[in-house]
Amino acid sequence: MTTHADPLSEPPGEDALQAQPGKIVCNACPVLCQISAGRAGACDRYANVAGALTRVDPLLLMARTLDEQGAVVPFAGGEPWDGSVTGKAPVFVTGVGSGTTYPDYKPAPFIVASPQAGVDMVTVVTEGIFSYCSFKVKIDTDRYLGPECAPVRCQGEVVGHVTTMEYGSQMLSLGGVHHLTGGSKKEGRVTCEVMLSLGNRQPVEMQIEGGTQLVVQAGHAPVINGVEEKRMRVGCGSATIGIFAQQWRGHVDEVVVVDDHITGVLSEHQAGRFLDMRPGGIKVIGRKSTPGRYFQVANPGLGWGGTDITDPLKIIKSIDRREAWPGERILMVSTTGEDYAYFVLDEALRMVPAEIPAPVMKVVERIGENCEPALCTVLFLGGAGGSLRAGVTENPIALTRSIKDLLTRVTCGGAPAYVWPGGGIMVMADVMRMPQNAFGWVPTPAIVAPIEFTLRRADYAALGGHMDRVRPLADILAHERHRVVGWDAANPWPLDGSDARAP
Amino acid sequence: MGPTRARLDARRWHFQHGPIDLVLEAFGADAAAAAAYERAWRQFATVLDDLVGELPALRGEVALATDLKGAVARRMVAACLPYRDVFVTPMAAVAGAVAEEVLGALVGDGEVTKAYVNNGGDIALHLGAGESFRIGLVADVDRATRHGHRIAIDGTFEVTHALPVRGVATSGWRGRSWSLGIADSVTVLAATAAAADAAATMIANAVNVDHPAIRRRPAFEVDDNTDLGRMPVTVDVGALPEDAVAGALASGARRADDLLGRGLDWGAVIVLQSRVRVVGGVAAAARLH
Repeated sequence: MTTHADPLSEPPGEDALQAQPGKIVCNACPVLCQISAGRAGACDRYANVAGALTRVDPLLLMARTLDEQGAVVPFAGGEPWDGSVTGKAPVFVTGVGSGTTYPDYKPAPFIVASPQAGVDMVTVVTEGIFSYCSFKVKIDTDRYLGPECAPVRCQGEVVGHVTTMEYGSQMLSLGGVHHLTGGSKKEGRVTCEVMLSLGNRQPVEMQIEGGTQLVVQAGHAPVINGVEEKRMRVGCGSATIGIFAQQWRGHVDEVVVVDDHITGVLSEHQAGRFLDMRPGGIKVIGRKSTPGRYFQVANPGLGWGGTDITDPLKIIKSIDRREAWPGERILMVSTTGEDYAYFVLDEALRMVPAEIPAPVMKVVERIGENCEPALCTVLFLGGAGGSLRAGVTENPIALTRSIKDLLTRVTCGGAPAYVWPGGGIMVMADVMRMPQNAFGWVPTPAIVAPIEFTLRRADYAALGGHMDRVRPLADILAHERHRVVGWDAANPWPLDGSDARAP
Repeated sequence: MGPTRARLDARRWHFQHGPIDLVLEAFGADAAAAAAYERAWRQFATVLDDLVGELPALRGEVALATDLKGAVARRMVAACLPYRDVFVTPMAAVAGAVAEEVLGALVGDGEVTKAYVNNGGDIALHLGAGESFRIGLVADVDRATRHGHRIAIDGTFEVTHALPVRGVATSGWRGRSWSLGIADSVTVLAATAAAADAAATMIANAVNVDHPAIRRRPAFEVDDNTDLGRMPVTVDVGALPEDAVAGALASGARRADDLLGRGLDWGAVIVLQSRVRVVGGVAAAARLH
């Protein structure tokens, strides 16, 4: 049985209920089990290890899949795999359930040798306790969620903030040491819960100060003020004009693509001019950027194209009588094609709603077809450059250098980790590529996340690794409580025998 | 931490809160199943908190557990009351009662054709007309999961709509709760999951014999949060001679027969050291290897 020792949690402190002598109270769930040393609570997930509340989980192994259906490699003759490393050696030991060590200088819980294609590989497997970590959330929507820098709240506590908007997406930065340990006890607890849920792909409800109410779940569409977002915009208003100008030609005389960032006006736009379109004389409000491209036609909001507009005529400033003509056909449409209206100018040059002709509707539908489904994506960002390294090597800077030199591959629960350039070992991983429920927590509060360092055995020896603690994979399989799940075929296999420099 | 849920595959969900782990599946149109999972999830959100609120009463003798408010708590008491002549607490039916309660929400208004909620082996079933479930029996959990995969099934039951069975439960000394008996497993089919849970506990307690190879300890010494006080619970069973096994099986079978006569179960499979006794209607439904 492996344990998640929890060095940072003290034997129940100020917020623990009074336990009987020699027992600790587990506050991981409302049952509040009192647990004697060496015993587990009712759930068998938390135990009392030498006075510290400790998570107890089996070690998670991932068996490599071969076919596209993701079926696990069948073991020879239908017998349970004996751990012998055959030509396909299909098992990777993840940090999930591996536990951690304290004090830090102790070798990592598992240092696994797995010869692969004639190369001796070593994987150092641990669960890091991350105080310095956060989740970066990308929400595919143009809708206005709240002002940049606005606090993001959950259960009334600040758990993060709105950060720089990116193309077609609103970005949040959630969690982090400031909210985990820098504020009130409740702020820390709620932040920890939010981070755990995000990492484990659970939905989290949050409120943006001065903005909207949101439900975010990795791999799912965002829910904004109770409405599930469907589409990510095809591009900004100007880009939409640029993509579809030719397809509108001949079917409509003017197109206004309403967008919170840049609203496009076809006949004025470079794309319309290039097609020799006659100027339509439709003038929109807002600040002109370049011909046919307008900033700030409205306020940001939940209406057309991320503006607060629900009646598109509100952005029409004037109709130039020298250019417009009776019978002129005008389409107004949003950047996702979800909102549209069609008008024809009457004798008095007023915009009169009319039935949208089929060829024009076809292009509106094509805008929709070209939108990708709106998703929330969640990246874990954690700093592993601190004391965790001592579990890998006696000379921690050697691990840092080995990673920078691409001799050591870093994975989080088997998922590839991007290592941020510069100092330290700051890793970033997509929670959707990690195993389900890969994240844990300790009452510090801090987040527990799996991390694995894989490198050639010779390189491990060279960086001062704990060579006397290296165990063959077969030994782990024979002696450790474990469970096996299928390898995510989309992830590169960390044990492919080459070093990380290989293309 | 609050309740969490995870999708296991296209149709199955895993709900977990503290010591409760449920695997649930609803059959029917996609939209109906999706609505069913949301209903079940909403129901599940309060289950543990409600139980914890009445935990002291639920850990005491069933005869004294009156005026309970929670729906799950009341199901537990109802399932255990028939056994009030011996010491039993409503906790004997907690797993089945939770499964039953969440199944009720999962099934909802009839668009779900069949469904189950599996609470660590105690299973609540819903079967529409013409539907059936095939349920696997694992006699030796220890052996079955030793390699972390490939669980060997020792037998199967076919539970059809026509049978008066909507609950399946398993008890034994190796399981997560403590047993006074020595059965490796007692699997019971009954009208409801809570009834099956209570009956399995009672029959497993009766699978018993005195022998030096059996080690027992007062419950409070091995479990900090037990409802069994000083009662001797089984902590290890060594290899037993033929006559001891036969005696324990006979004792369990008598208890199962007795419950059958009182309508408290529909059938039971008792496993002890590779010997199997089948009682009641199970024989017709089961194929044992």
